Amino acid sequence: MTGSDASLEFSINRVAAMVRRYWYLLRSSWPRILDLIYWPAVQMLMWGFLQLYVSQNSSFFAQAGGVFIGAVLLWDILFRGQLGFSISFLEEMYARNLGNLMMSPLRPVEFVAALMIMSLVRLLIGMIPVSLLAIAFFGFNLWSFGFALAAFFANLILTSWAIGIFVAGLLLRNGLGAESMAWTIMFLFLPLTCVYYPVEVLPHWLQYFAWALPPTYVFEGMRALLIDHVFRADLMLQAFAFNGLLFALAAFAFLKLLSSARVQGSLLQGGE
Amino acid sequence: MDAQNTSAITVDNLVKHYKGATAVDGISFRLNPGSITGLLGGNGAGKTTTIAMIMGLVTPTSGSVSVLGAQMPKARYRVLHRMNFESPYVDMPMRLTVRQNLSVFAQLYAVPAIGERIANLADELELTEFLDRPTGKLSAGQKTRVSLAKALLNRPEVLLLDEPTASLDPDTADWVRSRLERYRIEHKATVLLASHNMTEVERLCDRVIIMKKGRIEDDDTPERLLSRYGRETLEEVFLDVARGRREQGSVLGEAVP
Repeated sequence: MTGSDASLEFSINRVAAMVRRYWYLLRSSWPRILDLIYWPAVQMLMWGFLQLYVSQNSSFFAQAGGVFIGAVLLWDILFRGQLGFSISFLEEMYARNLGNLMMSPLRPVEFVAALMIMSLVRLLIGMIPVSLLAIAFFGFNLWSFGFALAAFFANLILTSWAIGIFVAGLLLRNGLGAESMAWTIMFLFLPLTCVYYPVEVLPHWLQYFAWALPPTYVFEGMRALLIDHVFRADLMLQAFAFNGLLFALAAFAFLKLLSSARVQGSLLQGGE
Repeated sequence: MDAQNTSAITVDNLVKHYKGATAVDGISFRLNPGSITGLLGGNGAGKTTTIAMIMGLVTPTSGSVSVLGAQMPKARYRVLHRMNFESPYVDMPMRLTVRQNLSVFAQLYAVPAIGERIANLADELELTEFLDRPTGKLSAGQKTRVSLAKALLNRPEVLLLDEPTASLDPDTADWVRSRLERYRIEHKATVLLASHNMTEVERLCDRVIIMKKGRIEDDDTPERLLSRYGRETLEEVFLDVARGRREQGSVLGEAVP
């Protein structure tokens, strides 16, 4: 195989180089690390105390222990997973380093793989301490979900990456003018994926949209586990199927937006 | 073997439109392997867009670019590991140390013996004492040397430089030029250099392409340009071209003051 042919292959080495770049950045700044833990901890404490209050006044919530706190922890996997992906990408734009990367042999698929890994790393740094705090404060053990947690996590992180890939495409095409999308796009999912309430609460016509979003199946699955004590494998399989579709759409949109960025000359600018 | 196969860079009837504005308007040139060519032009002449199309960062509206035999941007991954660039439009991540930055890019370019290569480059570019400092804490001149080290990491056969000495003091700029000259000679690299600095172009380049409003206005060796325009310096030639004055002896030319 010639050197040229080898350069066309997916390279774990280039992915590792990018992960190393983000790791150096993360460890160089303690506020960056604190930020990963601070807000998830505040959210968890607020919803945990609310749950405590409600359960003292409602027999339903007293029996359905942990639905709020479980929901906020799973929501954070979805939200923080996407944010971790998008922030690592934004760091390249803030650093004006995107041109260096786009001109290097790094392929888009390798760049995306590195962003996914960093999204996981950032998520674990934030969520592990917060899940331990939930045990300490409220006796809520997310880890006791066992296999169900793995299925919930896999589905939520896949959705967060798909959205992250789409946002990265928007940023490539529109520069930092699209930055606010990186911070806010996931909030569209908050009411529609029924994080804190069952899907039946939504108007009938809106339920069709809700069921088209993979996280809806996860939050319904979590409530089934906490309230009815059953693991709904059917919901998880449907979530995986919708995630496959969402991922394919996001990858297609990313490649189209990257191609458009090359036509518009936005890769060299990347500014506002 | 045709000329395209023997040229390091072939630009053929290249056009780039941006939302109704024409940045590059049908330019063609070929650069021989081992040559160093200056791309001159005022602001908005189309130099950066031309270089961006050669790098594969911008897709041409029409025409074609080929680098080391690969069509850009379509086949860019066949040759990107054999090219590199330096531009004022990009920076190295500021929070990372010089060593961290260089090692990340060395891994991206699959440079063998990374530690040794960084040590050699740092020695050559007088960066050894800064290797473990955050890149953002360096002076403009030191940052330029770091960018140059990144551009030379993979020993590129094609080196694209967009105003490599902009914002440097004359001493540092002269130092950078010496290193570029040495690299080009030692590695027989093909260098395309966009610059506003005529002294730089006169000193380094064996060929000069002058652009204006997206077109090539002139293309020759520095000596022949000076002779044809009857000027002492390339700066005077550049001003003649920029102001629409023709070369000496041209029938259609205006009077040259």
